Amino acid sequence: MSARNIVAVIVFCVLAVFFVFTALMIPFGEPMKTQMDDYIIMHTQQETGTNSAVTTIVFDYRGFDTLGEATILFAAVSGVLMLFRRVKK
Amino acid sequence: MIYNIPFIAVVAMIFIGLYTVLFKRNVVKIVIGISIIESGVNLFLITLGYREGGVVPIFTGAPADVAANAPGSMVLPVPQALTLTSIVIGVAVLALMLSLIMHIYKKYGTLDVRKIRRLKE
Amino acid sequence: MSEMSKIVRTLSNITFPFIMVFGLYVIAHGHLTPGGGFQGGAVAASGCAMLLVAYGSGWVIDRIKISRLSAFESLGALGFIGTAFFGLIFGGMFFNNFLVETGILFNVVPRTGFTGSEFNTAGVLTLMNFSVGVKVIAGVFAIVVVMAYASSLKEWKQ
Repeated sequence: MSARNIVAVIVFCVLAVFFVFTALMIPFGEPMKTQMDDYIIMHTQQETGTNSAVTTIVFDYRGFDTLGEATILFAAVSGVLMLFRRVKK
Repeated sequence: MIYNIPFIAVVAMIFIGLYTVLFKRNVVKIVIGISIIESGVNLFLITLGYREGGVVPIFTGAPADVAANAPGSMVLPVPQALTLTSIVIGVAVLALMLSLIMHIYKKYGTLDVRKIRRLKE
Repeated sequence: MSEMSKIVRTLSNITFPFIMVFGLYVIAHGHLTPGGGFQGGAVAASGCAMLLVAYGSGWVIDRIKISRLSAFESLGALGFIGTAFFGLIFGGMFFNNFLVETGILFNVVPRTGFTGSEFNTAGVLTLMNFSVGVKVIAGVFAIVVVMAYASSLKEWKQ
């Protein structure tokens, strides 16, 4: 076994202990602080005029994150088209 | 412990992906491992916002007693909205990684990670 | 890649309109049912990718200009940002939902329970859904076409 394999196995075991310990300690089904989500669910129909809470969060309450996501999609498409620019027919 | 099954599934997915990234030689398999890690992280984000006995946070077609008791029996919507962004970011990164793999294969002629590191020109 | 047999081509001709209609339905009803711009765009782009697999990438790239697909995608992005800037001009804040409060077009509040298809409802969200849907369809289809064509050549002329 080379040195790289031994270091990889040690990192693996240490991370395994941390992850499994965390997964057994989080309570499933009782989120801790829910004031922001309760406000959003109560005031969606009156303030925005939609029936769906998820879409208003994506486009209205947190529209700035969607702007960043559209920029990432644009950068990925332009990067792929730029990598294949020399391939002619 | 039997009630934490989604979190145990998240840990299993992250470990399968991490094993593939660390111990495999083919470049395409490493990219598949990265995609598995991203799927595990998205699953973790969604299961953080589950409320016991809750329904979808959408008012179309909701039964009357759920709509009257409004934020008490609905699942939290904010983690679901942020997981959408994470999925799109995963698709963008995967497209760029696959394009770079095509260029590497045309130049070196092989898909073995240890040989790509050693060919110097 | 080369084209597939006649049975595959005929069946993909038949099912392509249904997939596109379903994708546009998911985009258009983003404010009433689960869905929206990104999800519906992914469905419609996978319908277009099915046609690409059935007809071969050489056939498709002779008939579709990549520069026009790129222009479509930029149009979608401009529509999204332009709608946000109109919120700045009319309301006072970036991304303000100016069509719900004092609106001409989309300003009805929907009711709980079974809604038919009250399309006149959400303010700015319907315009933003269509812009993002067009952007995702054009972007994903451009990526798939270019990668399929470049992987079918024996050698790349520089």
